[in-house]
Formats: sequence, C-alpha cells, structure tokens
Amino acid sequence: MSARATASVPAAEVWRPSQARRRWSGWLFYGLAVFSTLMGLVMLGALLFDIFTDGAREVDWHFLTNYPSRIADNAGLRSALLGSLWMLAFTAIIAFPLGVGAAIYLEEYAPDNWLTRFIQLNIANLAGVPSIVYGLLGLGLFVRWLALGRVVLAGSMTMALLILPLIIVASREAIRAVPDSLREGSYALGATRWQMVRQTVLPSAAGGILTGTILALARAIGETAPLITIGALTYVAFDPNGPLDIFTVLPIQIYNWVSLPQKEFHSLAAGGIVVLLVVLLAANSLAVYLRYRMQRRLQ
Amino acid sequence: MSEISRRRVLRAAGFGSLAAAGAAVLAACGETQVVEKVVTQEVIVEVPAPAGPLSGTILVDGSSTVGPISQAVAEEFQKQFSDVRVPVGISGTGGGFKKFCAQETDVSDASRFIKASEQELCDENGIGYIELPVAIDGIAVVVNQRNDWIGDSITTEELKRLWAPESEGQVTNWSQIREGLPNEPILLYGPGTDSGTYDYFTKAINGEEGASRGDFTPSEDDNVLVQGVSGDAGAIGFFGLAYYEQNAEILKALQVDGGSGPVFPTTENVLTGKYSPLSRVIFIYVSTVAAERPEVQTFVEFYLNNAASLVGQIGYVPMPAEMYDIALERFVSRKTGTVTALEGVNASPNSVLEAWKAGA
Repeated sequence: MSARATASVPAAEVWRPSQARRRWSGWLFYGLAVFSTLMGLVMLGALLFDIFTDGAREVDWHFLTNYPSRIADNAGLRSALLGSLWMLAFTAIIAFPLGVGAAIYLEEYAPDNWLTRFIQLNIANLAGVPSIVYGLLGLGLFVRWLALGRVVLAGSMTMALLILPLIIVASREAIRAVPDSLREGSYALGATRWQMVRQTVLPSAAGGILTGTILALARAIGETAPLITIGALTYVAFDPNGPLDIFTVLPIQIYNWVSLPQKEFHSLAAGGIVVLLVVLLAANSLAVYLRYRMQRRLQ
Repeated sequence: MSEISRRRVLRAAGFGSLAAAGAAVLAACGETQVVEKVVTQEVIVEVPAPAGPLSGTILVDGSSTVGPISQAVAEEFQKQFSDVRVPVGISGTGGGFKKFCAQETDVSDASRFIKASEQELCDENGIGYIELPVAIDGIAVVVNQRNDWIGDSITTEELKRLWAPESEGQVTNWSQIREGLPNEPILLYGPGTDSGTYDYFTKAINGEEGASRGDFTPSEDDNVLVQGVSGDAGAIGFFGLAYYEQNAEILKALQVDGGSGPVFPTTENVLTGKYSPLSRVIFIYVSTVAAERPEVQTFVEFYLNNAASLVGQIGYVPMPAEMYDIALERFVSRKTGTVTALEGVNASPNSVLEAWKAGA
C-alpha cells in the first residue's frame, strides 16, 4: 500500500500527511503528560478536600490538648501527638548520624571493591523491605533481646532502621553532587581528608542531606505497622515522659477511632488525619526551606 | 446542619435503643436546638483508696471487643487516681493472653474463655488468673437491606449450612439454604480468625471453636464488614451488636431461631439470654501476681463497681447486677481458674451464672 503510494506521488505529497500525524502525536503525548501530572494533583486535592470537610471542624485546641475519651466530644489526641513527637525526635537522633556517617564512608573513604558494591546493593535492597518486617525485627531485637520493653526508644530504634537506607541513599546523592574541583581545591590548600570532608563536602551537601533526612522522618511519622508489632499501645491517657516510657502514636490513635462503631469517632479520625497531614506538610516545608537556604549560602 | 444535630441527638440518646433514637431524630429535625456537650453524668462509684496514695502503671491488653470497656473504666479511674497510669492495648484476645501469660501485662481483655493451650502457658510461667465477666455482648447476624427473600429470621441450622467447614466451595447460592429462596450467590463476611467473636460464633453454630469454611471475607475491623454487607445484595455477615446498632439504617439484622422461635438481638433479649445461642459473656482476666499490688486491686474493684454504668454508654449490655456482685466476691476471695473446667459450661450468661451458683 505505502510502497505503491510512494511510487505514484511526489515526495512532498507523501511528507505532508506524515507531518500532520507527527504533530498530532506530539500534542497527544503532551496531553498525556499533562494528564499524568494533573492526576496526582487531583487525587491529592480530592483527598485533602474529603479529609478537611470531615475532619477540620474537629480540630481545635481541645482536640490537641485532651486525652482520648469514650465521649467523642471530650476526646483528643494529646498523648498520641506527644508520643509521635518523642518517637520522631529520637528516631532523628539515632538515624541522622548513622545515615550520614555511612554515606560519607561510602562516598569519600570506601575503596571501590566487591565489598563496597555488595554493601551498596544491600542498602538499596533494604529500602524496599516492607515496614512490617522491621517491626518484627524491632520486636525481637530491641523489645525482647535488649529487654527495652514496649517503649518510645524501642519504637525510635525500629523506625531508625526503617529510614536508615533512605537517609544513606539521599545523603550519598548529595555528597556525589559536590564537584570534585572543590575537593581538589581543599587538598591543594593542604587540607587532610577529614578537613576536606568537614569544611568543603559537608557544607555543600548539607541542603540535600537535610532534605533527604526530613523526608525520611516524614515517612516514619506515618508508619503504623512496625509500631503495632513492637507493641505501641492503643489507649494512653497520660503524657509519655521520655524515651523509656510506654506510648502511642498518631496513626494508631486514628486507626483506633476508625474501628469504633460510633460515627462521631470516625469524624475524630478525620480530625486526627488533618493533624498528621499538618505535621507532615510542616516537615516538608522545612525541608524545602533548608534546601533553599543552603543553596543560597553556597552561591 | 441536620447531620450535626442528628449526631448530637444520637449521642444524647446514649448510643443505645434504636427506636428511641429514631424517634428523637424525627423530633429534632428542623429544630436547631443543639445539645452541646451531653456528657452522660452517670454516678461513678468511688472506691475507697487504701492507705497512702496509689501510684504505678497497670498494663491492660487484649480483645478489641472488650477494649472500649477497659478504656472507659481506665478513663474514669485515672480521674480519681491521677497518679496511676492505665494504658490499654488492643492485640486481640489471643494476642492478649500471650502477653498476659508471659507476665507482660496485668489484666487481659478477653471476648471468650481462656483456652486450654493458654492455660498451660500461664501455668508454665506460674501466672494464676482470676476470671471476671464484665458485660454481655450479642453477635448480630446481618444481611443486605435489598435482601427481601430471607424474610426476618434465620435458624441456627441454616447458619450452620452457611458456615460449616464442609460447605466450603459447595454451598454458594441462597437457593441451597432454604426451600424457595432465589438463585442468588452468597457472599460471606466475618471477623478475622484471631478474634474471640469468630471463636465464639464457630463454637455456637458449628459446634467446634475455630471450625468454619475458609472462603469468606474476613476483617479485623468490623466497620469493613459493615461496608461489605451493606454493599452487596447477596451478602451475610456477623459481628458485635454495637456495630449493627450504629449502622441499622444501612443493614438488616435477622432474628435468630435457636430452636425455641426466632428472637431479635435487642438489648433486652441479649440481657435475659433469650437471644440464644449468640449472646455471650465477655471477660477480663486478672493476674494473681498483679492482684497483690494495691493499685491493681483498687482498679479491678473500681472496674466491677462501675462497669454496669459505663458499659451501657459505649453500646454494650451490662450484666444483671447480681453477677457483678458475685464477680466482686470472686475477686476479693482471689478465686482462680476458669468455669469452663466444669462440664457443659458455655459463655451464655445463664450458664456462667449457674456454674457460679453451683460453686465453681
């Protein structure tokens, strides 16, 4: 068919319809790409709208400062919010130095041999392990073997394990993005390797490292499965007093409210999700701000 | 606005009797009179504190059915004894006993009796337990509202045909359940196999705990079961009565005929035991080791003194007052062991009461 067409009509005649088709397919692809982008935004918008219409009116000062209660009007999530913040703080304290340390070693010190490559491969694999598996590990290792009990610190250590691969991967990317010319400049001025890392590489990579860490922590605050496994509690009507105290967290409190038969508790759950989202968005904004500031300082 | 006032009215009605709530909704529609902060002011029986201020932490864990009761009691208890901390975990009746027998918790919530295997575990670790019933729960059998063929009731034989292990893959159509039912596929919904509700239902209907067909949709979250049954005309499921009462407008509960005529799962029928065999007593188990601690002792006494008023507020049926008194006596005299040791005792309220009176 096409062979006969090319034989009988001049080349320009063949070219024109083809050009229209190529232009059309270009627009089609553009449309698909825009659609894909909008899809995510629309879903997020729909989710936020749904949650906020259900839950926003539940969120007030009392909701944040009251303990959970059997009477929906009096119920709040103070203990869960504090538990989440305690857990998050200790997760950061544990995971940040370990993650950044590992990234510095892998990028700046480790020789390029099979062992290093093996470690790198495994870190990438660890990032894909389902979170419940970390929960079981935490239960066996921290709660039972180290005999910490079902406390904030056990939860933090489990969460630290969970997000460690994310922090290492993000930090390595950030460190690798530092141009070699800066490293060579440091050496040329007589810096040792440690001085070079501390005074040149880390300040340049700090924005990326912090962003990665904060995004990883944002994941930790939304996780439920590992904490249920290690035995975070459901109903807590007192403030956790430190890393060695028993606790509950926001996602568990939300799950508890959702599973109750009374519908007014389902609205409270939506309110809890609003609080969780606000904490998450605050963390993400902080990440964006830090990256912006670090980049400006570098320039 | 009408949604809000309806919610508030329901709350004001104390979550309980549906007829009353329904009438109240009708009455309240249009009115914007808002019943703000209706906190049911039940009289809380204060328990005299032993000498010296109480402090410490009492760990409660176990059944998701009993959990809300323990949470309500813990809430009131901590108002009176602010230095005692009573966290409540929910890891299922079985999960709760695992921790209880490993001496990780002080009080275990259970929606069924302790099993023989769990008794052995406790014995091995030297943990004695005091078995105390705290409320009565009915298990509602519900179908979709579009299901107009089943009528108003179902017999226990029909339930057995639906749920028996040998029905798996065989009984899949409503026409197989009763003469004259239409050719409609059956969709089964039930609580997860870890739950005490599942254990009790299978025992009461199929005769053996944990014996049922496997091709049903299980969920640990009863609200998922509610959604499932309300979404499909051929669906049937079972769960705690409180979940039916909160969703009566989208579900249809069946009267259950256990041989002496069909009975609807009302609070009244569950309390008197007429709704049989799907009424059951639910329990807390107190560790004898923990019971030596003054704060645990005071907490359990507070629990039994106040359960009757608190249980109603969260949608369960309180036991007859007599049973709370006997339970308190059992605790005070530290009577350990389970009444299931006796021949023929099941968790129906009358059976437990009879067993106690017989000196168990």
